[in-house]
Amino acid sequence: MFTTLHNNKRLQLALGLLFGFCFGFLLQKGRVCDYEVIMRQLLLQDFTVLKIMLTAMVTGMVGVYAMRGRGWIKLHKKAGSLGTNIPGPLIFGIGFGTLGYCPGTSMGAIGHGALDALVGGIVGILIGAGLYAAVYPKLKGRILNVGDLGDKTLIDVLPVRNPWAVILPVAVILVLVLFSLEKMGL
Amino acid sequence: MNTIIDVLRDPSWSPYVVGGGIGVLSWLTFLFSDHPLGISTAFSKTAGMIEKAVRGPKVANKLYYQENKLGVDWGWMLVIGVFLGALVSARISGTFRWEWAPSMWQAAFGTNIFIRLAVAVFGGICMGFGARWGCGCTSGHGISGSMQLVLGSLLSALCFFIGGIGTAMLMYRVL
Repeated sequence: MFTTLHNNKRLQLALGLLFGFCFGFLLQKGRVCDYEVIMRQLLLQDFTVLKIMLTAMVTGMVGVYAMRGRGWIKLHKKAGSLGTNIPGPLIFGIGFGTLGYCPGTSMGAIGHGALDALVGGIVGILIGAGLYAAVYPKLKGRILNVGDLGDKTLIDVLPVRNPWAVILPVAVILVLVLFSLEKMGL
Repeated sequence: MNTIIDVLRDPSWSPYVVGGGIGVLSWLTFLFSDHPLGISTAFSKTAGMIEKAVRGPKVANKLYYQENKLGVDWGWMLVIGVFLGALVSARISGTFRWEWAPSMWQAAFGTNIFIRLAVAVFGGICMGFGARWGCGCTSGHGISGSMQLVLGSLLSALCFFIGGIGTAMLMYRVL
């Protein structure tokens, strides 16, 4: 659906800005651009970050798979591997714990005046991304290929015919997790 | 009308409203832009474009930038939008203020802003490097990939938190 719209480059740049605006507005209202909220999540004292991520996951999953079932959209799955999706994200995690913002919430944090997110975070992320481009040829074909996962989803690896036989139970489990977090007063 | 303005001025919304909003926003980006929400690719393009401006056009020949073309695209505009959206949100709710180091940081590690900035740069470098190694960040894998139930994304999201929780505990509980 909307192929003409997807191919309209200028309009897509404007839509990117608009969607980003909404994303940043929501992140700020959710207080997850706040160093303290993120750090308290990583210290397991405040579960705002997880609540937002899991709610987004449930809502997004149901809608995205419903639209895919009707042929309105196509999925965007990144192919992965153990050598890609374990070491990189662990290094990212070290950054997450020391910087206290993620790339998106760094931009959001600058929006409320956090200069450590700008002068520290953004500068660091740019340096890190540039360094990765420099070492990429050495990693490609080696560690990045270890333990290929393809772009498989949980639905592909479970013995089900109907994707909803996975989506609905996952949604129920995540909602139960959220309920228990509230019950425990976290 | 006043209630709508009050809601927009409210500095803090329920995480379930915000999470649901981000989920619905994802429907819209898939439908109208054929894109998932994702942030860190734009940082990689920016790093490449800055390096290209400084060191010349040969930078674009690097293998990584051949596979991930430099330039301003949908995802790049998305990141600019995130900043603007957060700025407007903070301004209208009166929570905007310049700050060099968060108060929680200062209470634990002192008021020297250079130490905070050095640690933030270090964290940023790990984050930029790790996000590119893992092909995504807390948005691309944590939200967009996880909601599609992609195995690599779910694994990445888990590792973001393992690394993050371990580091945070080390800093605030041990040091």
